[in-house]
Amino acid sequence: MRLFDLRLIIAFLFGLYGVVLVVIGLGFTSDEDLKKAEGVNINLWAGIAMVVLSAAFAAWATLRPQFADTDKEPLKEL
Amino acid sequence: MSILAEADLRLDAGPIDYALLLIYFVVVLGIGVMARRSVSSSLDFLLSGRSLPAWVTGLAFISANLGALELMGMTANGAQYGMATVHYYWIGAIPAMVFLGLVMMPFYYGSKVRSVPEFMRRRFGKPAHLVNAISFAVAQILIAGINLFALAVIIDALLGWPLPVSICVAALVVLAYTTLGGLSAAIYNEVLQFFVIVAALAPLTIVGLIKVGGWQGLVEKVTDQEQLSAWPATELTGINSPVWSVVGLVFGLGFVLSFGYWTTNFAEVQRAMSAKSMSAAKRTPIIGAYPKALIPAIIIIPGIIAAVIVPEMAQLKAGDTSSGVVYNNVLPLLMRDLLPNGILGIAITGLLASFMAGVAANVSSFNTVFTYDLWQDYVKKDRPDEYYLRVGRLATVGACVLAIGTAFIAAALGGSNIMDYIQALFSFFNAPLFATFILGMFWKRMTPTAGWVGLLAGTFTAIFIYAISEPSFGIEWLQLPGQGASFLGAGLAFVVDIVVSFAVSLVTRPKPDSELGGLVYSLTPKEDRAHSTTGEDAGWYRSPALLGGGVLALTTVLYFIFG
Repeated sequence: MRLFDLRLIIAFLFGLYGVVLVVIGLGFTSDEDLKKAEGVNINLWAGIAMVVLSAAFAAWATLRPQFADTDKEPLKEL
Repeated sequence: MSILAEADLRLDAGPIDYALLLIYFVVVLGIGVMARRSVSSSLDFLLSGRSLPAWVTGLAFISANLGALELMGMTANGAQYGMATVHYYWIGAIPAMVFLGLVMMPFYYGSKVRSVPEFMRRRFGKPAHLVNAISFAVAQILIAGINLFALAVIIDALLGWPLPVSICVAALVVLAYTTLGGLSAAIYNEVLQFFVIVAALAPLTIVGLIKVGGWQGLVEKVTDQEQLSAWPATELTGINSPVWSVVGLVFGLGFVLSFGYWTTNFAEVQRAMSAKSMSAAKRTPIIGAYPKALIPAIIIIPGIIAAVIVPEMAQLKAGDTSSGVVYNNVLPLLMRDLLPNGILGIAITGLLASFMAGVAANVSSFNTVFTYDLWQDYVKKDRPDEYYLRVGRLATVGACVLAIGTAFIAAALGGSNIMDYIQALFSFFNAPLFATFILGMFWKRMTPTAGWVGLLAGTFTAIFIYAISEPSFGIEWLQLPGQGASFLGAGLAFVVDIVVSFAVSLVTRPKPDSELGGLVYSLTPKEDRAHSTTGEDAGWYRSPALLGGGVLALTTVLYFIFG
């Protein structure tokens, strides 16, 4: 049984989330939002962290492909 | 579950928050659709074809446990009892997870059984198997219903959807991806969910800590300074004597309850059984133990913070219940007070994801036990595999429908109490099950009759202790508030099971050695218990023993710093 690579899904979801949050953090953060989070632009920082996580998973999936060094059965016809 | 009470927990979610939530649901269903393409046999559907890498099964292993009860319950415990809550994570999980990986997994994975009840059948025969399979299946449906109910309550509270609608929508989403992709979809989503939960809770903790003035500020502002130390946890155990409280924690929670839960609960063990090799199976619970040891930082600390900075929570802590909030409200209240739109959407997604994964874990372990242990063993034997794949899919549908039913029962009974009862019920089975397993794995003389007689004796002991200590039954020979009664019940159930099994074994006939290969320590050659150390299992950092020792050391250090 061969499944698609979960690492790419994680990279996709958090890449998307991260970019959205960074955009909100940079462009759409009101003073009220900042006050709520004690002056921290939490959207921006959380967004940056998610982009980093996404990049890490994408890099891992690229550098160590799922089935590169495997001696398992060949890909089944779908 | 009295999550709601009368308090207004409605969050100020905007369009962007809903959009982030919607993206998550699309990805979750997408995983179901994509996983379907690789399902071609019942083993693929019910056990992921034993093909998953250890980091995936390891994260799924703890995610399956990170459901509604865990998230709401442990943040609530953090607010109510403070640091003592870490015992549920450290002493109450880590040693058992390492033990499962190093000691028990060789038998579970090596014997190629497809479920925990199937191990029971091979080792002890049909009576013990049937008791185990049926009680597990029933418990999973009940717990799935409670998880579903908790999920619906939170959707209702956060987003304002009516309860019946939220119950059905949540059940449909879980049904959709588990019927399509089976265990693989459930496990992949559990891993994804793990990261979303961390993404939800970490910002909450960080903003909360900044608000109280950092760790130092938190330590100064906590009203009851005793709650900053984990020992001796007299409040948590309900045992007044500090010495006995510690004994109760170490033996009751740390040994019997936690070993019983982590090593015999199929909803957990199934994640390890789906790993692609013996080495990966052994590493599954151990890899899961690392995040398990660290995650109290973003679960318990927010609870302690909430008790300081959320006005309603501080009132409650001082004994004033007029605001209508209960300890279970910690997370929604913190989200309301600290998170702006955007990250708020992620936090809502994290909560819903966690609750859904809880239901999915119940459903995906139920359908395996139902298909292999009940239908194939007792109803229709010897059919072609496509037949059992179809039964597995139908069992998933059936489980979701039944869970909707039990969710409405939980709703009708008011939640809070029934949940405690089910938790107690589950503990009745787990502690004796662990005793039977451990004796059966290491003592080949233990007989099939001893298997089921010991189980029943242990279970009745636990029920007896529960009956004489539960205040609502009015007997109350024992007065142990808090968790003390369940620690004692589990401990005695374990001892009684061992003693009875031993005595019964001496007077009944054991199975011949030839039928016990791979199931009992002394009859399993060392090579069969060993794992390969080549290819994808090579490298010192993939050694299960080393990883296990590492997490035990980490936990000890954490106890020294924060205990």
